[in-house]
Amino acid sequence: MRDLLDDHWQTLLALVLLAGFALSEAAGGGSFYISLSTRVAILAIAGIGLNIALGYGGMVSFGHAAFFGLGGYAAGVAVHHAFEGSNFLDGPIAVSGSGELLTGLVAAGVTGLAAALFIGVFSLRTSGIYFIMITLAFAQMLYYFAISFPTYGGEDGLPLYSRATLLGLDLSGDMTYFTVCYLVLVTAVILSALITGSRFGAVLNGLRENETRMIAIGFHPFRYRLTAFMVSAAMTAVAGALYVHLDGFVSPSNMSWHRSGDLIVIVILGGVARTPGPIFGAAALIAMETVLGDFTERWQFFLGLVLLGIVLFARGGLSGLLDRAAAALGLGPLGKQPDSEKDRARDRRQPGEVRDA
Amino acid sequence: MSFGFFLEQALNGLQLGVMLFLMAAGLTLVFGVMGLINLAHGSLFMIGAFLCAYVTEQSGSFWIGLGGALGGTALVGAAIEIVVMRRLYDRDHLDQVLATFSLILIFSEGMRWIFGARPLYLNTPPLLSGAVPLPNGGGYPVFRLAIIAIGIIVAIGLYQLIARSRLGMQIRAGEADREMIGALGVDINRLYTIVFAIGAMLAGLAGAMVGALQSVEVGMGEPVLIMAFVVIVIGGIGSIRGALAGAVLVGVFDTFARAFIPLLFASLFPPAEAKAIGGALASMSIYVLMAGVLVWRPQGLFPADA
Repeated sequence: MRDLLDDHWQTLLALVLLAGFALSEAAGGGSFYISLSTRVAILAIAGIGLNIALGYGGMVSFGHAAFFGLGGYAAGVAVHHAFEGSNFLDGPIAVSGSGELLTGLVAAGVTGLAAALFIGVFSLRTSGIYFIMITLAFAQMLYYFAISFPTYGGEDGLPLYSRATLLGLDLSGDMTYFTVCYLVLVTAVILSALITGSRFGAVLNGLRENETRMIAIGFHPFRYRLTAFMVSAAMTAVAGALYVHLDGFVSPSNMSWHRSGDLIVIVILGGVARTPGPIFGAAALIAMETVLGDFTERWQFFLGLVLLGIVLFARGGLSGLLDRAAAALGLGPLGKQPDSEKDRARDRRQPGEVRDA
Repeated sequence: MSFGFFLEQALNGLQLGVMLFLMAAGLTLVFGVMGLINLAHGSLFMIGAFLCAYVTEQSGSFWIGLGGALGGTALVGAAIEIVVMRRLYDRDHLDQVLATFSLILIFSEGMRWIFGARPLYLNTPPLLSGAVPLPNGGGYPVFRLAIIAIGIIVAIGLYQLIARSRLGMQIRAGEADREMIGALGVDINRLYTIVFAIGAMLAGLAGAMVGALQSVEVGMGEPVLIMAFVVIVIGGIGSIRGALAGAVLVGVFDTFARAFIPLLFASLFPPAEAKAIGGALASMSIYVLMAGVLVWRPQGLFPADA
């Protein structure tokens, strides 16, 4: 128990705060902050997914919006067909729609895995700056396909007339849906901690720190990276599915590169390669958007300034800041998370270096 | 399909390619010399278009507007380099991505703040309006031909600058070993500022010229930026020659795909479906091209260090 607290106090703190925030709004009878908390939970799930590739795997994907958006389409299309009573696929093997949330989440996860397999096979032939540009380009490819393919709304998106149900349970209540998303978030946190603590996670970490040595002791980088990329994508896709049901709308803008940027912001803001990072990051981003949005309609301008200031002058993200605060307060063992500053210095590669797959 | 239609599409492709070259050249130069990935390059394209439209409207002359766009974007580029980019050279790509992503937010919202949400319009200058007759009876706008010509002139000029001039020698030396040329007495900070300003000016030039073909609005730089990334990946990062080859290839490929894939589908499927599927596939074509090049040559067609 003591170990759990030492290693994961920040994660527990983040989860408790998020739940407390939603519960206090529910106690007051409001709903605005519940849906805001739901949004935080969902974006945190997407961020946790991205963190596996970007943080632990050192693969700076600027195309995770593709998986977020595809997950949304998978879940949205399932409900759309269920509502219309039509089939997704006709012919010898007919696939009907489904109003079940679990089906939608599984469909989203599988779509994410498949897309990441395709994108990963090509983009993992490269690294560094190439990888950033290629993942971005593939995400844009899917985005342009989504806006020019008219069956599911094209550029206008696809409104959903009913939220999915969970094993017959009605999810239309704000608090009910928050609880579902929160449970998925807890699952994602546990999964992420298990993965990074496993042998697989150790190999991934080794590959990020020194690829040559890992090859020398007999590991095949491509397989591990591709697996991590796919797991990362599947998690982000599940988040996309939950997001679509929150809004009741499948929007191609969830696949746009601004969304990829948002997800990167969430990971960096919270702290790269730290389990609780994305929860803090998502909360901070949503909080800034909401507060700045109340204050001025030019909030994006000021958000840009704040983010720029953070990159230039504050490093290690919010989670790193908390560690330093804990250490300063003399809470010794609480402050022993890995030093991401050092990790990132080691991770710095020569520009233009291309890795043999 | 007539020869005239084919020729028209080929010229459109070339014009798109030339415009992409102006964007990709700046990106690849900045990457080659400073090792920096600059997502805000599309914002410089947008700023060039806005400045050209605004100054043209105020002064009544496209040429003054063009001059304003070139000077303005070079100044903005130099300012960005001095205030922001300089702090990012030693950082990893992740920090560079986040910082330049923040710059996009700032510039996009800033432009909307200054010029309003409605798009601006820019007319082609009288000297370059009109059309050259094509064999199919139609005409081809002189302005688009002028863009092609300007692009070719810039490509030659850039080649001369980098291969022949003293500044070009320093730029090439900076690519090879930045500490060494610093030790040899070249002011590396000044060199970086100049390189960044040149890249910004090329993006501004592209934006100003394209602004006369389409509406000038916030967000216009982003699709172009992403196509320029595809160009660089295909051509090889850090290589001007690669940027030129990649840009023309991508420009022509994209234009032909958009013109001919829907036509091809129209002969195979009912019209409505053909239009939908053909259009969707055509918009994906250059990414398929990029994937193909990556399988064949992961470092691009003209790797910089080869």
